[in-house]
Order: sequence, then C-alpha cells, then structure tokens
Amino acid sequence: MNDALSLNDALWVLLLGSLLGLELIGKVPPTLHTPLMSGANAISGITVLAALTLIIKAGSSGNGGLMALGAVSLGFALFNVIGGFLVTDRMLAMFSRKPARQKEKR
Amino acid sequence: MTAAVVIKYAIELVAVLLLALGIKGLSKVRSARAANQIAAVALALAVLGVLINFLSTSGIDSSAWLWIIGGTVVGGLLGAITSQRVPMTAMPETVALFNGCGGMSSLLVALGVALDPLAGSDGEGTGALVAGISIVVSVFVGAITFSGSVVAMGKLQGWLDTPAWMQSKLRHVINIGLAAVSLVAAIALIASGGDQGLWLLVIGSSLLGIGVTLSIGGADMPVVISLLNSYSGVAAAAAGFVVGSQMLIVAGAMVGAAGLILTQVMCNAMNRSLVNVLFGGALGASASAADQGEYQGITSCSAEECALTLETAQRVVFVPGYGLAVAQAQHILREVAELLEAQGIDVAYAIHPVAGRMPGHMNVLLAEADVPYEQLIEMETINPEFPRTDVVIVLGANDVVNPQARNDSSSPLYGMPVLNVEEATTVFVVKRGLSAGYAGIKNSLFERPNTSMVFGDAKKVLSGLAQELRELGVGKAKVG
Repeated sequence: MNDALSLNDALWVLLLGSLLGLELIGKVPPTLHTPLMSGANAISGITVLAALTLIIKAGSSGNGGLMALGAVSLGFALFNVIGGFLVTDRMLAMFSRKPARQKEKR
Repeated sequence: MTAAVVIKYAIELVAVLLLALGIKGLSKVRSARAANQIAAVALALAVLGVLINFLSTSGIDSSAWLWIIGGTVVGGLLGAITSQRVPMTAMPETVALFNGCGGMSSLLVALGVALDPLAGSDGEGTGALVAGISIVVSVFVGAITFSGSVVAMGKLQGWLDTPAWMQSKLRHVINIGLAAVSLVAAIALIASGGDQGLWLLVIGSSLLGIGVTLSIGGADMPVVISLLNSYSGVAAAAAGFVVGSQMLIVAGAMVGAAGLILTQVMCNAMNRSLVNVLFGGALGASASAADQGEYQGITSCSAEECALTLETAQRVVFVPGYGLAVAQAQHILREVAELLEAQGIDVAYAIHPVAGRMPGHMNVLLAEADVPYEQLIEMETINPEFPRTDVVIVLGANDVVNPQARNDSSSPLYGMPVLNVEEATTVFVVKRGLSAGYAGIKNSLFERPNTSMVFGDAKKVLSGLAQELRELGVGKAKVG
C-alpha cells in the first residue's frame, strides 16, 4: 500500500483533506450538534484501516505478539465505528419519525 | 498497474467521496440520517479496499485472519451493545467513550510499528524521519485523546471531581512540565528510536491529557469532547502516515478539520472562547462572595396552585433542562402539554442552545418522548415572545434562565445568552432544592416576585400537575 505513497503525495492529501473538512461544515443548526459530533466521531474510527494493515503485515512476518496488539487496536477502532454509527442512527431516527406521527394525530 | 490496484483506487475514491457527502449531509436535519448511513457505507468500502489490496499483493496469512475476525467480533459486538443500551441522557459521555477508543486504536498502531518497524512504512533517510515523526504524533495525540476522553466521561458521569489543586495556578506548571517531558521523549524517540523514549512519551502524553481535562468544569465538557473528537481525527491521519495509507490521511484530516469547526460553533453557542475553556479552569471557581449568598424572599407553591394558574393561561412555555431528563420526566411532560393543548392553550418548548449537556442534546431527549418537533423553539425566536407569555415552567434548568447573565457584569455567567423567562407574567421553577446549577452560581430568577418555586422531583411534580389538571377538567373540553 505504501509503495505508491510518497511523502509529497501524503502531504498534499493531508492538506486537501483538511481544507475539505473545513469547508464541509459551515452552518449547523444547534439541533444537530450532538448527532454531528457523534457521527464525525464514528468516522474518526477509520483507524480500523491502520489496525488491519498492522495485523496483516505482522501476519506475513509471523509476528504473533504484534498481531495480537493489532487485534486489540482493531477492537478499539471497531467499538468506536460500530458503536458510533449505531448510536448516531438511534438519535437521528427520533428526529425523522416526528413529522409522520404528527400527521397521524391530526 | 494491475486490475486489483485499479479496483483498490476506485474503491478508495468512492469511499472518500461518500465520506465527504456524509459529513456534509450530517449538518442538515433532513439529510442527516441518510448521511450517517452513507458514511458507514464509506467506511465499510474503505475496509474492503484494504483487504482487496493485500489479497492481491502479499496475501493475508490465515493467522492474521483469525486475529482480524477476533478483533472485529469483540469490538463490533461491544460497540453495538453499548450503542443500544446507553440512555439518551448519557449521550455526551458515550461519545467521549467511543472517541477515546478511537484515539487508543491509533496509539496502539503507532506503538506496534514503533516496536517493530517492519510493519510500518518502509523507508530510508527522510523516510525514517517521517516515520519517526508520524509515530510520535500518533502516539502523542492518540494518548491525549484517550486519557482526556476517559476523564471527560468520568466528570460527566459524576465519578470525578475537580481536585482543589487543579483550581490553582499549580496545574499550569504541572501541565507545562508534562508537555516538556513529552517533547523530550519525542525528540529522543525520533533521534535514536529507543524504547525508553517511546514509553516516556506514552506516559507523559497520557498524563497531559488527564491534567488538561481534569481542570475543566463540567459545563464546558461538551466543548472538550468536540475538541478531542477533532484530535482523534488528527491521530487517525498520523496513523495514516505511519502505515502509509492515503485513505486514512484524507479521512483523518477531514474529521480533524470538521471537528475543529464544530468545536468553534459550539463555543459560539455557549458564548465561551476556546482558550478560556481550555485554560480558564472550572467556571464558578472564581464566583464572587455575593453569588454564594443565601436566597431571600423565595415564594414556593404546590402543584395544585400551579395547575390553577395554568388553567387560565393562554400561552405556556416550558423550559426543559438536563434535570428533567435525569428525572426521566419527558413523557409525563408531553402528557401535561397535551392536556393544555386540548384546552386550547398555546404550548411551546424553549430550547436553549446548550440545554442538556451538549448543544442539541435536549432536542434528542424530547424527540425520544415524541414531543412534536415544531413546538421546540430556539432561543432567538422565543426570547421576544416571553412578554406575551402567561406562564413559563422551568423544569430542571438553571443557568440558562439566570437573569444575571444579562444584568450583573460581576457574574461569571455574564454575557452568556439566556432565556428571558422573567419577562413572562408568571414563572414556575420546578426544582428539587435551592442548590446551585451546573456552573455553581446562585440564580436571582428565584427571588423575583413573579417567580414561584415548586419544590420536588420533576417527574413527581409533573404527574401531580397532570392529575390536578385532570381534576380541574382541563383538556376534557375537546378530548371527551
């Protein structure tokens, strides 16, 4: 994976990624602060990719201890990702079912 | 370029695009839920991309598969269970917990690569320097994110208090000392790659995370969590440099930058500056003697009297606070509101930007109790309407209705936007006692002549109120 990635490329990617992040959130209604924070938090669990890479590389060199460390890391990251997305969905589900119920009542 | 490489790049590009759409969509009410799902799909695609890439090149050892499956099952299951079990009132601490775990993951990856460089980005000369720096950043930020998030969670749960020495200037000395230790360790690690430097860095930055977070008051915790969320993005980007993954760098940078903006937006909503939150110490620690004084001229009344006043009102506004949610009284509140509405009384809920424990938290809590979304009115909109309001019922909120924030320039709350409930004809404050609010400051609203305290647990008072209203025949007119 790293064969194609030079430092120069990596820094450009970092710069453009940061700029994109700055642009994406301009105006957020306060209602959404909590879910947005929770959702962005789930995305930051993208370190699963790093944990996976660690395990696989440790696997090819037969390093059991390192694989175990990677697995713990993977566990932490997935706890963040799965838990984060599900809990965000739970919150947002409450918002979206609102208008439907209102119509029912009236 | 083999087909597998092309596929890998295609998957990564789609994943990045979906992530960007996801974050964008999360900032609009209508698209938020779909956007969250899109982001989840993007993450799944990114994982798929990594697996395909390795399968087509070096292959994946069967023992590696075992560890992958093990980590996935344990982490995923625990995450899924936690997300479904946790009460909505505990949302801020839950986000802190998840976030800390993300930081821990980046920390562990960097640790693994530092202990066994073969696993990381292979490089010579500048490559080694870059690898060293990215490991340092990943360990440093990852450790701060983890320890800081755990402390934030502990404070929100009420497990941790701010120790006295943390209120003094001494904490700055200690934190600067810890930062210096981390810096020395980082330089040692980059220069010689020794294990001592690595462990010292882990310990130094973990303690720094604790030291910085512990002195921050509970009311400011949401800002801290949002900032730590941004950090965990930075840690992920650094981990991307460590293992050489473009996808990780993009996503980490995006979350890092977006988190920073969100933190700023939240600070604005709470009228706090980020510098003040981080270095100002706990709010209320500096409260003047006048703020701590005894209350005078308090009027209190029963649920019955409250019901009688409500019966004749035309317009009623509820001001829900965190205390309401803790008492699990949102559902009974909705019942009371429905009784009043059936009587033809105009009902609204005034939502302060930081009602609950985090901006937007109260909206989630009321939505859980099926309160109609249209009745939740934001502060700017409802403030001019208070003079035309007959009855305001404050439920478990305190600092967000404190008139001192407008009138008293010596108050620590001064300048914070508040709900001007005292402009209404009658104000009922439902509260368990006269204890101070989250910020630890006395509330002059309670002493106003048009304010009556209804002492008791929000749930009990509201059930009592519902019963009194029914006995008065309120709500029967159209329902029955």
